[in-house]
Amino acid sequence: MNWVNAAVQGILLGGEYALIACGLSLTFGVMRLVNIAHGDLAVCGAYGALVLSAALGVPVWYTLPLLLPAAFGIGMALQVLLFGRALRAGILAPVMVTFGLSVVIENLLTAGATSDPRGLNGGGLALASFGIGPHITVSWLLATAFLTACLVLSLLQVALARTSWGRQVRATADDLDTARLVGVRVMPVFASVAGIGVATAALAGVFIGTISTFDPLTGTDSLIFAFEAVVIGGLGSLWGTLAGGVSLGVVQVVVGQVNQEYAVLAVHLLFLLVLAVRPSGLFAGSALEQA
Amino acid sequence: MKAPEMTAGLPPAVSVSRWSRAGSATAGASALTVLLLVAVPFVVGGPAEQPLITLFTFVALASLWNLLAGFSGLTSIGQQAYLGLGAYTLYLAAVHGVNPYLAVLVGAVVAAVAALPVSALVLRLTGGYFAIATWVVAEVFEILATLSPSVGGNTGVSVPGLAGYSPVLRQALTYWVTLAVTVACVLGVYLLVRMRLGLDTRAVASDPVAAASAGVRVGRARRLAYLAAALGTGAVGGVLALQTLYVEPSSVFSVQYSVYMLFMVLIGGMGTMEGPVIGAVALFVLQETLSGYGAWYLVVVGGLAGAAVLLAPRGLWGWAAGRWGWSLLPVGYRLRPGRGARPM
Amino acid sequence: MTLLEVDGLDVRYGDFQALSGVRLHVDRGRAMALIGANGAGKTTLLRTIAGALTGSAGRIRYDGTDITGAPPHRRIRQGIAMVPEGRRLFPSLTVEENILIGASAAASPDWPLDRIYDTFPIIARRRRHRASALSGGEQQAVAIGRALAAGPSLLLLDEISLGLAPRVIAELYEMLAGLRAAGATLVIVEQDLQRALDACDDLTCLLEGRVVLTGPAAGVQRDEVVAAYFGVSTAGRADGVPSPAPGPSGGPPGRRATGPAEPPGDSEGRP
Repeated sequence: MNWVNAAVQGILLGGEYALIACGLSLTFGVMRLVNIAHGDLAVCGAYGALVLSAALGVPVWYTLPLLLPAAFGIGMALQVLLFGRALRAGILAPVMVTFGLSVVIENLLTAGATSDPRGLNGGGLALASFGIGPHITVSWLLATAFLTACLVLSLLQVALARTSWGRQVRATADDLDTARLVGVRVMPVFASVAGIGVATAALAGVFIGTISTFDPLTGTDSLIFAFEAVVIGGLGSLWGTLAGGVSLGVVQVVVGQVNQEYAVLAVHLLFLLVLAVRPSGLFAGSALEQA
Repeated sequence: MKAPEMTAGLPPAVSVSRWSRAGSATAGASALTVLLLVAVPFVVGGPAEQPLITLFTFVALASLWNLLAGFSGLTSIGQQAYLGLGAYTLYLAAVHGVNPYLAVLVGAVVAAVAALPVSALVLRLTGGYFAIATWVVAEVFEILATLSPSVGGNTGVSVPGLAGYSPVLRQALTYWVTLAVTVACVLGVYLLVRMRLGLDTRAVASDPVAAASAGVRVGRARRLAYLAAALGTGAVGGVLALQTLYVEPSSVFSVQYSVYMLFMVLIGGMGTMEGPVIGAVALFVLQETLSGYGAWYLVVVGGLAGAAVLLAPRGLWGWAAGRWGWSLLPVGYRLRPGRGARPM
Repeated sequence: MTLLEVDGLDVRYGDFQALSGVRLHVDRGRAMALIGANGAGKTTLLRTIAGALTGSAGRIRYDGTDITGAPPHRRIRQGIAMVPEGRRLFPSLTVEENILIGASAAASPDWPLDRIYDTFPIIARRRRHRASALSGGEQQAVAIGRALAAGPSLLLLDEISLGLAPRVIAELYEMLAGLRAAGATLVIVEQDLQRALDACDDLTCLLEGRVVLTGPAAGVQRDEVVAAYFGVSTAGRADGVPSPAPGPSGGPPGRRATGPAEPPGDSEGRP
């Protein structure tokens, strides 16, 4: 029973959850869109990396320069063709449209790639580990996932706080109507946010694929964990999402030490507990909190 | 059923009615249809029963989901939680000696009771976050079932207490119970919607703030709709157990049921009584034709449902009702020029 | 020289007709006061001119160009900016960011940040504070600053005196007078009738979505304005107490017709 090591693994795992959650948090904060297909888009990223890495014969990391811009473009296209129309079609429409999209993606993947579990070739990074003191072993892969998550979140925060684009995004998140009125062009803002959402999801998907295995239905679990991380951390706060992800990771790994079967259940129960006791989350912020 | 006349001393300019001649005709025709359906096992027998059982189940699920999403603005994608709960309750009741056919009622009640604390949690959220939360609840129920050896864990259990019936009788009884549950669900939804609750939930679905300022108790209206849907869904869960004679977590808690419910209500027409029935028929036809194609079948179902939201949001019945003014089972209020109206 | 021309404008919210046949014009360099009771359609009219709403009929011309279908950001580039009712600052943005965002569509060399801070010294000190932390008067200044950042020729101001102390309102109006002196054209929605008449060259009164009075402010009597504002008439009674008179939609006010609406009066209205 090495609790400290388990906790460390959990914290690092939390980075992965935060990475997949930040896209969900951003799109909801800015557009009030809950994309139920978000997890599936992450899994698409994993499959995309699989195909590219096999085609080019390289470890998955080298596929990222191709994969991420493509994912960004797909996100923008989805926004213009689907999400934007769903948002205008009424309050219930986005849920139903994104749910339908989720079903379509999962089943297309099943039809095209079968439901066999897959793994991604992470190269040397996936195998190496290093020690901290006598009790803690950290895999480079997990550490990289965590650091990547922190990096992405930091970049997003900086972009939101310091750039003119970020200003427009925050204004749109605060008050869509007035933002339009004062001349913000809302369509490009939404499209860019959706693009970031899918790109971060794809990146998270690649990590998921290298850290564990994936299949067409992995998207569901990813979505649910992402959602729970966002709610636990507090809607509207990017760093809160990291805190939420870390909470999930720690609970999952620590409970898993005791009994692996109860690990996922414990995570869900934590979420329900937060929902019952502190529904605004542990770090609730305004529409888009600044660091 | 006319609303009270206005008392200003002037003849009313409009009269308000809640029923129509078409409504009476439909009620009569529906009652007749149900009687005919009851007679099916006697008259036609075995081969007709199985497809009808499937169809009835679809109609029940669609009507219940319509109560939630169409009339109350609650898009739940976790109703399978109560399907599973109803099915497992039926199993446990049967194990303890209750007649499996009566145990359907037990399943319904247990589902409604479980829905009480669940609703307290999930109704704190709205829209997409509410939807995902309902899914989480379903996942939790599924995990609890897989972790409980008393209900067979991952492998599942077969429903006891039915060995004493001959296969013919068993299927007929299952048929009648399914029909009874379906009629009860449709009727129940209809009555709820015509009562004050119906108006309240529709107001809430449309604009909660305006509804609240008009005195509607928003929380209460949603809560009642959610509990009623859980009650009905629990009963359908029991019926599913009777149909398959086997209960296992991954099938009875499958989110696929939610996909079906979404499809039926969207294609048929949200917020109408006739819509879910049409949607159920559409899904039935689709299933009969496409189920051999595996995953592609669900691609079509999910894709059509999503497309319907954007391109045909009123569904088949909604479109027909809009175009030709059809309405078989009115749920709203119709205004007609009254006795005192001036000529237009 | 006409800068803004609105012609036959109808605006609906769903089934509700907010504006009917609205016609007005604003000349360059003049200030137009837009008055009317709550719900008369003043904000709707301003928002339609700014591009946040689209009319179902009618045309809007700015500086000779038809801008009827143009989105807000294009109108801002052409020189129209609006200060919305209730300020509507972005709460999670700082004062400076709120002002800068007004320049999203069109940054103006005439109105750099420094000039805006000079015009409103009280907010210069608070430039890094969240907008939500400011007082009402300061917020109003920021809201006007946000509109000025685009360097507009036509400034639309919707109820800038709401909830503010008289001294603050006076300062704001002084600033507006300064803008007018510099050649800006203003359309001001104002509840305070006297202030509106004092500050503006022209007057338009709306009642239930129709223009019932329009013309130079100097040329109207106060009771004419009151009559138009409320849709009542002070004529014909010896004691001068207003009595119900035909409003623009015909029939005594307060008893809406149960049949079809009476034919509308002409858009210039009558007291």
